[in-house]
Amino acid sequence: MAETASERAFDTVERSERWWAYAVALIVVFLFAVIIFTGLHWAAQPPSNVETIDASRLHLAGEFMESNLGTAVQPDGSAIVRVLAQQYSFVPQCIVVPTETSVVFRVTSPDVVHGFLIAGTNVNTMVVPGFVAEVRTRFERPGEHLMPCHEYCSVGHEDMWARVKVVDRREFARTYGGQPRASCERR
Amino acid sequence: MNGASRLVLAHFWVAFAAFAIAVPLGAWQMLVRSPLHRWVDPELYYRAVTAHGTTLAYVFPTLVAMGFGYAVCAVSLGRPLHAVRLAWTALWLVIAGAAIAMATVAAGKATILYTFYPPLSGSPFYYVGVLIAVVGSWIWIGLMVSHFARWKRDHPGLPVPLAMFATTAGALLWAWTSLGVGAEIVLLILPNAFGWTSTIDAGLARMLFSWTLHAIVYFWLIPAYVAFYTLLPSAAGGRLYSDKMGRIAFLLLLIFSMPIGIHHLYADPQIGPGFKFLHAVFTGMVAVPTLLTIFTICASLEIAGRLRGGRGVLGWLAALPWDRPLVLASAFALVMLGLGGASGLINMSYALNSTVHNTQWVTGHFHLIYGGSIVIMYFAIAYELWPRLTGRPLVAPKLVRLQLWTWFVGMLVTTLPWHVVGLMGQPRRMAYYDYSDPALAPQAIWVSLSAIGGFVLVVSALLLVGVLLASHRRPIAAIPPLAFSLAIRPPRTLPASLNGFRVWMLVVVALTIANYGYPLVQSLLLPSTGVPAYRVEAR
Repeated sequence: MAETASERAFDTVERSERWWAYAVALIVVFLFAVIIFTGLHWAAQPPSNVETIDASRLHLAGEFMESNLGTAVQPDGSAIVRVLAQQYSFVPQCIVVPTETSVVFRVTSPDVVHGFLIAGTNVNTMVVPGFVAEVRTRFERPGEHLMPCHEYCSVGHEDMWARVKVVDRREFARTYGGQPRASCERR
Repeated sequence: MNGASRLVLAHFWVAFAAFAIAVPLGAWQMLVRSPLHRWVDPELYYRAVTAHGTTLAYVFPTLVAMGFGYAVCAVSLGRPLHAVRLAWTALWLVIAGAAIAMATVAAGKATILYTFYPPLSGSPFYYVGVLIAVVGSWIWIGLMVSHFARWKRDHPGLPVPLAMFATTAGALLWAWTSLGVGAEIVLLILPNAFGWTSTIDAGLARMLFSWTLHAIVYFWLIPAYVAFYTLLPSAAGGRLYSDKMGRIAFLLLLIFSMPIGIHHLYADPQIGPGFKFLHAVFTGMVAVPTLLTIFTICASLEIAGRLRGGRGVLGWLAALPWDRPLVLASAFALVMLGLGGASGLINMSYALNSTVHNTQWVTGHFHLIYGGSIVIMYFAIAYELWPRLTGRPLVAPKLVRLQLWTWFVGMLVTTLPWHVVGLMGQPRRMAYYDYSDPALAPQAIWVSLSAIGGFVLVVSALLLVGVLLASHRRPIAAIPPLAFSLAIRPPRTLPASLNGFRVWMLVVVALTIANYGYPLVQSLLLPSTGVPAYRVEAR
């Protein structure tokens, strides 16, 4: 009889393992359901535009020339912010954007890998030389955010902080509306 | 231990010596960037981070895996090791490589952190040192595979002992995953460092590094899991719930830990959303072996607890022999694995990663998983092996328990505040922060707390070294030999798929090609992405 008792015990082992395997599968499937739902429904996708640029000629011509950096309001009312991340600062050092507006950040680097993060938001991308990183977002409330570099970019990395000033849509139009490229300094 | 004692002891001692240097460096870094200390020369800080990371990522866990691998080989296969001189050569290569790399870092010639993302570049000696150490570990891989194969040849039809099966899985995992960083160094970095190429592709380099960067953690994890499955059940006074489930878990780790590295690059502009999502799916799959392991280990512990007279739904927990280092350490490891696993699920969640990417959250996450869970199991393995290696009992069991407690508490105090400031948006890898800025001021208290945790960890690390050293001076005693846990139903025969790796290695290679092939080819075909290297050197 001992044989049958132990056989029964092994059945219990296999049954419980099978149940746990189902539970594990359910957990993983649930996680993916959430990821796919948010990815599609909220269009929550990581920045992944695979767009190359010649890092050695950024300053000479094209969209990342110094005169072209900063916030540019588009004819459709949205804003494109072009930013250069370089050892050890951002250009512009203080970015100004309007509230309740679709904002696209386009960032690149002329030297090494940097990070681009706006604290308190989901704006977060690596800045890899040779590529343009693009992040889309929308700021609902006015306020000020820190914008540090978050990848080690050699000694001096710790000094690489900038700021993002979010101002009310109407005030933005009043104060910065006349400029082709806005940043915090009024010109 | 079948003549392997000196070899195993040498590996563990070199590993713990490196560890004892690297841990205080870590604590020093936490102190000087906290509000408790004035700012220091940032170059010194980054130099210390490079030394800490390089030692603890490439040297310490590799040596523990190697040493423990030899012990598993000698004990579980029940016969003396062959090619012992080759094993010593491998150890010397790791020591020499580590010494070259560390001397370069100490001289301030390679302040590039252990991830050395190009176009940052350091002295070629650094990369060559890392390569030599990796080549040493490749010899170990060959030795594990040849011991595995020879034993199978001499015992046709018999199941390879689970401990050896798992160790070989770890060796094969490391063989395949170390190729990524190897290719990055040999094909991209060294040609540039020697002046043969004028530019370097930063995006491609990051992709190759990601090939290694995730699976390496599973290579570190394997010895801990081997201890969970094959040492813990008998240490707790019970049996392993299921031998077969163990094999399945190790095979899943081997298959799924490799083709997921791009989840480190979710925020990178050089990879499209499709492959990022694919890697997210496979990262979800790698949670499966861990969830299976947690079940099997808890079930094995329940058997032990009930055999010791525990009753009721949770009574078996109280009945476990908590005074045994392996049991205590395993419980701590499971708690930290649970917390770190939860934060890991957030990191791997495709879009959610944006909230925490490259903040202190990530530092908190991997210190909890690796520094917490995995390393505390390394301690437990050392405590389990030491009497068998030296023939002398451990000194002061109370100190051993204190050491494990301080590591556990210290690691929680260090890493939980890191998660908090990460959510507040604190970027990682900075030599100092201006806490007088009102936007950063709320982080000051958390960072200070975390720094205190770092010093608890230093005390614990010193305690470990002290206990192990003092144990060498105890009188010789009769020590029961190391025995691996029996399963409640030890397998008599196994299908070839659960007793070898031939098919599985093909799956690993195929999955890697499927998940990395397109992004790598795309990266090679993109125009004008190279940039000149930037040499980081101390002034």
